[in-house]
Amino acid sequence: MNENLLILMAFLPFLGALTPGLAIRAGRNVCTGFALAPTLVALAALAVMVPVVWQGGVIEARLDWLPALGLSLGLRLDALSMMFAGMILGMGVIVTIYARHYLSGEDPMGRFYTFLLLFQGAMLGIVLSANLLVMVIFWEITSLASFLLIGFWSHLKEARQGARMALAVTGLGGLALAAGVLVLGQIAGSLDLAVVLEKGDEIRAHALYLPALLLILLGAFTKSAQFPFHFWLPHAMAAPTPVSTYLHSATMVKAGVFLLARLWPVLAGTDAWFAIVATTGLVTMLVGAAIALFKDDLKALLAYSTVSHLGFLTLLLGIGTRAAAIVAVLHVLTHLTFKATLFMVAGIVDHSTGTRDIRRLGGLAGLMPITATIATVAGLSMAGIPPLNGYLTKEMMLEETTHALWLGSHWAMPAVATLAALFSVAYSLRFVGHVFFGAPRDSYPHEPHEAGPGLWGGPAILALACILLGLMPQLLAAPLVERVAAAVVGAPVGPLKLKLWHGVTPALLMSGVAVLGGIVALANYARVAAAWRRLLSIEAKAIFTALVACAGRISARISARLHDGSLSRYVAIFVTATVAVGAAAFLGAAHVPGTRPMLPVPLPIAVIWTISLICVGAIVLLHRERFIALILVAVVGLSVSVAFVYLSAPDLALTQVSVETVTTLLMLLALNFLPKQTPVESSAGRRLRDGIVAVAAGAAVGALSLIFMTRDFQSISAYHLANSKTGGGGTNVVNVILVDFRGFDTFGEIIVLGIAGLTIYALLMAMLDGRAGRRLRQWRPLERRSGDRHPMMMVVIARLMMPLSLMVGVFIFLRGHNQPGGGFIAGLIIAVAYLVQYMASGFQWTQARQRIEYHGLIGAGVFIAGLTGMAAWFFGRPFLTSAFGYVKPPLIEKFELASAMAFDLGVFLTVLGAVMLALYSLSTMARTAGETVNVEPMDVDPTQEPDEGEVA
Amino acid sequence: MELLIATGIGVLTAAGIYLTLRLRSFPVVLGLALLSYAVNLFLFSTGRLVTGAPPILSKDAAAYTDPLPQALVLTAIVISFGMSALLVMLALGSYLEGRDDGVEGDGAEDAPEATSGEAR
Repeated sequence: MNENLLILMAFLPFLGALTPGLAIRAGRNVCTGFALAPTLVALAALAVMVPVVWQGGVIEARLDWLPALGLSLGLRLDALSMMFAGMILGMGVIVTIYARHYLSGEDPMGRFYTFLLLFQGAMLGIVLSANLLVMVIFWEITSLASFLLIGFWSHLKEARQGARMALAVTGLGGLALAAGVLVLGQIAGSLDLAVVLEKGDEIRAHALYLPALLLILLGAFTKSAQFPFHFWLPHAMAAPTPVSTYLHSATMVKAGVFLLARLWPVLAGTDAWFAIVATTGLVTMLVGAAIALFKDDLKALLAYSTVSHLGFLTLLLGIGTRAAAIVAVLHVLTHLTFKATLFMVAGIVDHSTGTRDIRRLGGLAGLMPITATIATVAGLSMAGIPPLNGYLTKEMMLEETTHALWLGSHWAMPAVATLAALFSVAYSLRFVGHVFFGAPRDSYPHEPHEAGPGLWGGPAILALACILLGLMPQLLAAPLVERVAAAVVGAPVGPLKLKLWHGVTPALLMSGVAVLGGIVALANYARVAAAWRRLLSIEAKAIFTALVACAGRISARISARLHDGSLSRYVAIFVTATVAVGAAAFLGAAHVPGTRPMLPVPLPIAVIWTISLICVGAIVLLHRERFIALILVAVVGLSVSVAFVYLSAPDLALTQVSVETVTTLLMLLALNFLPKQTPVESSAGRRLRDGIVAVAAGAAVGALSLIFMTRDFQSISAYHLANSKTGGGGTNVVNVILVDFRGFDTFGEIIVLGIAGLTIYALLMAMLDGRAGRRLRQWRPLERRSGDRHPMMMVVIARLMMPLSLMVGVFIFLRGHNQPGGGFIAGLIIAVAYLVQYMASGFQWTQARQRIEYHGLIGAGVFIAGLTGMAAWFFGRPFLTSAFGYVKPPLIEKFELASAMAFDLGVFLTVLGAVMLALYSLSTMARTAGETVNVEPMDVDPTQEPDEGEVA
Repeated sequence: MELLIATGIGVLTAAGIYLTLRLRSFPVVLGLALLSYAVNLFLFSTGRLVTGAPPILSKDAAAYTDPLPQALVLTAIVISFGMSALLVMLALGSYLEGRDDGVEGDGAEDAPEATSGEAR
């Protein structure tokens, strides 16, 4: 029961993501409803599961994919993932409602909710994954969803740049994480989270611990915007505010923190962990807070503040003690409550005043009292003023820093932390004071007005939580934090005592210094800001852009060297390398000649062999004369089909003959528009080199096939021969293999053929619009046209032959299951029948009498074949299981009816459609190039008097 | 017989690769056609050579040749038609869009132009 609920909860957002895009047609409220429904249902599912986890249980569900390789989609709900899932879904509800009122009428709301739900599903996937590799996949999906959401207003340059930057940084981190997880899995012998969590000691002692740690930290730090990867987060603020609230403050940026917490029992506790993680966290906390104070854009201020608080969390996890980890858990909740509130407040201010620039704001308290109250509560909580919840965790954090020995000193870390707290007080008060208090301005970009409850409702709830969690932490937060912290550290955590007043402690003194210092700094803001601007103005974005440009130049240079567009060079390298590898393998072992006796050579075969070899030689020598070379290639193709006839392969012979005909016609049509000669371009040395490469490869392939043919072997075909009649209902084993035993292959192949046909048509259409089309319309053929292009003899014979050819095609098709033939061959034969008609009477004349679209034939063919395959499902059998029976229609013989025949019909239609579409495309080129259209079937009308007819 | 087929495959492969190494698209298309004959024969030959024993079940047949390579080759022949047609179309497109029918990327832009069949 709970297992299914867990699976449901994990997949609901993905399923739900499909609906808003459609529901938007029914209006914005319906769309919001459809976006809200999956989140609410998932939240309800979570609520049902909470009691189990509350009792210390872990709910696990598993969908096997490749059990033999240990690959499965495992989900796992423990206290840590429960808290994050609750945050993701709860904030999802709040943000969805907020976005309904935030987005304007022109914004594509359906698309927005689809992206948002996609993100929500991926984020849930991260926290619920029981397998590290699966988690990495969801991790990357969140990066993609974040890219789409940051770039949501794609007409804005900042949005596009911000989206690219975020994707580059977090995507790169994701790759590092994937590598780190694989190393970790190698050490632990499993990617299963439960197994990895058990092997902490073993992993920390392993030689590969440090590389794994560094790679995983790279993933976590990029995602959670830790210095020096923090710069993408402020640029991500180009996203709509609901996105900033949800992804870039409440959930996604905490994924890195989540990862650190999740792997805390495995990776934490070493010197390397403390040195890297705690230092990074501390530096990030200070840098973020300092920059935040000097940002004038409300969202930029909040973005740097988020960076700072993510550093706060990283620092706590990096300290590596259980007590610090507990504080980290509590602060995840605390930060969510005040920061999401402030983001939404920033959105409201932007909405109602038309600006987010602090310098143009002030005195809004009287105009927007509700928003001002909410902002004040959340802002003071962010500043860490009692009795709000921000105070609680800040005190606990400062307390933890006093226990840490950093840079060889007990003073260093508390000092830096206090400085960061000072900046934090200053920017928080600036956010509240400079926006809502002070004298109202004479004018704002828009006339400010209080927002509706749809906008302030969500923030109000969160602001209330700030107060309640601050006043009653023991009652409201302690039970949850105890359980989550136990899941983080991997051991039970004793009863927590959360309270505001601890007596006069070092932390209280540090806090006091921070608050006073912050107030002083803000009072002298103008001077402090001027000093800051003098001090440093490094723009991370410029560095990033330069780095990206440099990487682009380097890769362009490398690919220009390796990938210069010369086909002959690629082929030469490929062939030489293949022959070398094969030769090395061959010469490295001992060989004995084969023992299978060779067949005798009858005289006719020897003659044909000689002719075709002469032809091949002539092709190589005369290939510059393209017409001759083409005809000689056709002769070789016919010799190959004779070989098939002689060597017991009638189906292949039939296929080869008909394909040869069609191919040659097509090539002739194409040659019409190509140069008729190939100029001499390569030097003699070059030709010698090519010759050596070619002869070496030919010798190797020939020798290989001789080695094959002179040895006996055990074929798997015995099964096919034995079951062809009884299981597939046909005596032509080749055809039964195609339509039955390996029907799925054939299905794929006709799809490929159909795609080839459609691509040819698409290429033609693209060409006709462009330069090639202009060139064709001005085409002057060099050859003199035949005076009698549609000769009467040929037209008459072709028209007489047409019904006969069609009948042969149908016959070949019908008998194909038992005798040589089948859909492939029948399709080709009927195509040839049509081709003859086209050749005799011209394309236009024939086309006017041919009312079936060739595209449609391809589609119908694939459709029929697929439908036949699916029919088997209704009988509870796998795709493409065939059935057959015999019927005895009146007048003709007993007749077999197999479902495979319907499949073969699909093959037939696709082949016919693809061949004819290719021909149609080339003929269209001819018509564009001024080929005249004939109205009559032949040039000479035999019914007319000679003196009237032949004037031209 | 085996020797003839093996030499045939070898010669076809060598000629096909030689033509594929040329600098213009039409020889390349012809070369690939020869190469596909070679490959089809090669695949076919993995079922070993047998005469007079087609894989059509009947009461009087004593033995059958291996049908599986035949089935594979049959679709390969049809697919290679599709690929040839596509290649020809690409060759046409690149010739009509560009200056000549070279296959050497940008480097061949300076190569002497073909003289016949040229659009003016």
